[in-house]
Amino acid sequence: MTVQGNVLGFPILSLITYLPLLGAILLLAVGRERIGAIRNLAFLFSLASFGVSLLLPFRYDPSTPAVQFVERHTWIPSLGVSYFFGLDGISLWLTLLTTFLSPVAVLCSYESIKHRAKEYYIFLLILETGMLGVFLALDFFLFYVFWEVMLVPMYFLIGVWGSDRRLYSAIKFFLYTLFGSVVMLLGILAVYFYAGARTGQYTFDVLELMKVAYPHTPLITVLGLSLSFQDLVWLAFALSFAIKVPMFPFHTWLPDAHTDAPTAGSVILAGVLLKMGTYGFLRFNLPLFPEASRHFVPLVFVLAIIAIIYGAMVCMVQPDMKRLIAYSSVSHMGFVMLGMFAFNLQGVQGSLLQMVNHGLSTGGLFLVVGLIYDRRHTRLISELGGLSRQMPIYAALFAIIMLASMGLPGLNGFIGEFLILIGAFQVRWWWGALAVTGIILGAAYMLWLYQRTMFGEITKEENRTLPDLDAREMATLLPIIALCFWIGLYPAPFLRAMETSVANVIQMVERGAAGKPIGPEQAALRRSPGVPGTPALRQPGNTDPLIAGLPDRQVASVAGEAGR
Amino acid sequence: MTQPFTPADLTLLAPEIAVTITALVVLLLDLLARSRERAWLAGVGLLGLAAAIALVARQMAQGPGPVLAFSGLHVVDSYASFFKLVFLLSAIIVILLAARHLQDQGMDPGGFYSLLLFATLGTLLMASAADLLSLFVGLETMAVSSYALCGLMKRDQRCNEGALKYLLMGVFSTGVLLYGMVLLYGVAGGTGFQVVARAAGLGGFRNPALVMAMVLLAAGFGFKIAAVPFHMYLPDMYEGAPTPVVAFMAGAAELAGMAVLVRVFLLALPELQVDWGLLFWVLAVLTMTIGNLVAIAQANLKRMLAYSTIAHMGYLLIGPVVGSPLGVAAVLFYSLAYACMTIGAFGMVVLLARGRTRGDQIDDFTGLAQRSPLAAGLMLLFLLSLTGIPPTAGFVAKFYLFAAAVDAKYYWLVLIAVVNSAISLYYYMRVAMVMYMREVPPQGIALGRSPALYLALFLAAAVTLLLGVFPGPVLELARASAAGVAG
Repeated sequence: MTVQGNVLGFPILSLITYLPLLGAILLLAVGRERIGAIRNLAFLFSLASFGVSLLLPFRYDPSTPAVQFVERHTWIPSLGVSYFFGLDGISLWLTLLTTFLSPVAVLCSYESIKHRAKEYYIFLLILETGMLGVFLALDFFLFYVFWEVMLVPMYFLIGVWGSDRRLYSAIKFFLYTLFGSVVMLLGILAVYFYAGARTGQYTFDVLELMKVAYPHTPLITVLGLSLSFQDLVWLAFALSFAIKVPMFPFHTWLPDAHTDAPTAGSVILAGVLLKMGTYGFLRFNLPLFPEASRHFVPLVFVLAIIAIIYGAMVCMVQPDMKRLIAYSSVSHMGFVMLGMFAFNLQGVQGSLLQMVNHGLSTGGLFLVVGLIYDRRHTRLISELGGLSRQMPIYAALFAIIMLASMGLPGLNGFIGEFLILIGAFQVRWWWGALAVTGIILGAAYMLWLYQRTMFGEITKEENRTLPDLDAREMATLLPIIALCFWIGLYPAPFLRAMETSVANVIQMVERGAAGKPIGPEQAALRRSPGVPGTPALRQPGNTDPLIAGLPDRQVASVAGEAGR
Repeated sequence: MTQPFTPADLTLLAPEIAVTITALVVLLLDLLARSRERAWLAGVGLLGLAAAIALVARQMAQGPGPVLAFSGLHVVDSYASFFKLVFLLSAIIVILLAARHLQDQGMDPGGFYSLLLFATLGTLLMASAADLLSLFVGLETMAVSSYALCGLMKRDQRCNEGALKYLLMGVFSTGVLLYGMVLLYGVAGGTGFQVVARAAGLGGFRNPALVMAMVLLAAGFGFKIAAVPFHMYLPDMYEGAPTPVVAFMAGAAELAGMAVLVRVFLLALPELQVDWGLLFWVLAVLTMTIGNLVAIAQANLKRMLAYSTIAHMGYLLIGPVVGSPLGVAAVLFYSLAYACMTIGAFGMVVLLARGRTRGDQIDDFTGLAQRSPLAAGLMLLFLLSLTGIPPTAGFVAKFYLFAAAVDAKYYWLVLIAVVNSAISLYYYMRVAMVMYMREVPPQGIALGRSPALYLALFLAAAVTLLLGVFPGPVLELARASAAGVAG
């Protein structure tokens, strides 16, 4: 993967990332009684971040997989850590999804969060900065910093403003994800030292680390499975990301966290946080460890199929709306994993698009549930029923978002799922076939949910007086619905922008180690005799004198000559 | 060895001399002063410590060393200087913390400041020890002062209990340590680290006395740094002792134990690295795991922080296990980071100790976020740093330490350490949970209003945050300073 300079004259990615943080800092100065000013300020800053981010798709060059709008500064030179922000076709839409959902999350909290509002919006804005940093960082150290920073505000959002078992859910969320990320830290360090020893250049630069071929010859045998260095590191990364996605056996934190989080927390959790897991797989696992990725395809597929079907079946029996939608996320994210590990253009593009789709439609569903919760303070399906008579606008918007989530043609979910299924069918038809059952089950639980809550007679007296949506509430849902239609009817611009980047990742997975400039043999050539690659940590500024300062292509030719 | 020492040796001892003079001056002024108001003694102590910092910085600027003084008893190198800066910084923050607290609790300020300065002197001597004898002198200067400091609240039963336990265990461990040193002397015929190293290296034989000495030294230092299974006294001592004293113990005294441990084993016993490496591997795993697991069950914050100290000492032991320059550099950086964050956390206990509340129950923090968002925010920063969440010093320190271990291929050790790190989140965040997620109790929380106390907390917080965001220069310094001991 290459790097393209910043075509804009200013550091746009940092601006997008830190605008919310700036808002949070300014909020510190506002008196805590002035709730109106606080929420308007929070909305303003998240909206400003979104406004600036709208420049990205217009100035993004989709003809190249190169990383764009790059910002790069040395940060901790002795460790090879740099402040490296960049955007490509993989992170473009996820970044926009984040900046889009954040003002929505602020807006939907206007009425429901009155208690300790100042802290609430501060945490929400810090959370946005953390999420954006995760998608934009291309230095492992920087990435890890954002990856963990983001956990803290989410912990407080669930723990302070959540419902029922909020304390339990908050710490469960924090512990699960932290456990995964510390194991990933081990993987990052292993990659760092391996690549450093191989190239003589110790760096956390993800793009540099991608150039190195990691050994995939069996190293140890665990339970009869022989695992290579690549496999082990792949697993270390995968554990962290799988917890975040969440993939099947690691999903148990999700229903708790989603259910007990405040509406905005659930929207952000489902909309953005889960994408970080799948983004991590696509950004790091696939290009860094192609052999291991191919090796683990059966594992991922089995877990994905289990998630799709099991998640959907659990949805059927949930009495709580939020819990139902939480489990539907497990099912939908199974699709995303399935498409990604098909390793073909349709599958991976569908997977990436489905990340955005799921963010929109599931985010929207949590908003819908939140609207009812604000009115009735219950999420139990049995407490509702017949609401379409009382709240027709609400029922209509709910219907559209529900259909988008189900994958009805003409709406966004259809495009994503369709591409994923095409991708999966190309690999093994029965995997695609199994996944289709998930769609059918998805239609079943969604329609049933809608039927039980919206149709029929009003069974509870309290529901007779519910007011329909006001302008602010509609303003949270309508942009989401508009995007659902746009992606559903005309997905071309979205797919086009991601195509070259996705194709590039697929190529990296398929070519594997053979396609990498620094494989074991090439590295031997690169290092001139008598100049051992000593770790930069021990000796600063250490580079091979022969190749220092030469771009990579020249390095290859120098190495070639040395070999002759 | 014609002359016992030269005038040049005295300049090498300048920081220690500065601290000694300050301690004596404080003691004298305390006797002569007529007024009962003696808070200004803190100012004298701070001045002396600041001068000592300047002197250490000058020594550091003069080159990495090592320069030997007093016939090889005392060494000045950047490794020692780095640790001295940590100890002096800790002592400064602790004095700021204590100024008002001593008044409130009716403790004798003169005794406190002079003892604290003498303890600091001990830690400085330990950092510079190049000989078993000077090591012992430094250790005892520190230890005897700390025994007295821990028992400073004469009429408090828990204080007495903790101090007595600490005294008994301390004396016992000193005996063990001394026995190990005697054996080493018997084998080597000298007490200088280099003499010992040369004797231990001769022929690479397996002298049972040498192995015995190694085990005894490990146990003796194990007591001083409260490694499991030698940690039993620590929670009682922490619970009973005056909080500023505990902050000093965690932020300087125990780190001094770690500083000499690394130096002694790497410089005096490099031939036995395989053996003591394994020993410390086991100690590290036990210490961090038991420290973290027991911390979960604590309701008293000072006890919890005691177990957290134990756990952190376990992480720090990874440094000597690795033994590489990177490992030693990581120990240096970690020590600085740990000193600031742990003193900050104890400072919060001081802040909450008003009147009859001791401020040391975790429940005393209930609803603090609403009562004082600033105080809660500071505590949150220290807690996150102790857990190792970025962007704090604790994160970079752990990252660096684990990197050193991965580099040396201690994968299992790092795996255990990172899992421990995740476990520690639970009890640190319990305090955050109490502060943020519980409502304020009706009677409210009284907070200390001492400006010096807030200055101390801000100082600790600033270092914690700065080292987390811009660790570059200090990492450089730590790496350069590690060269004297490993490399």
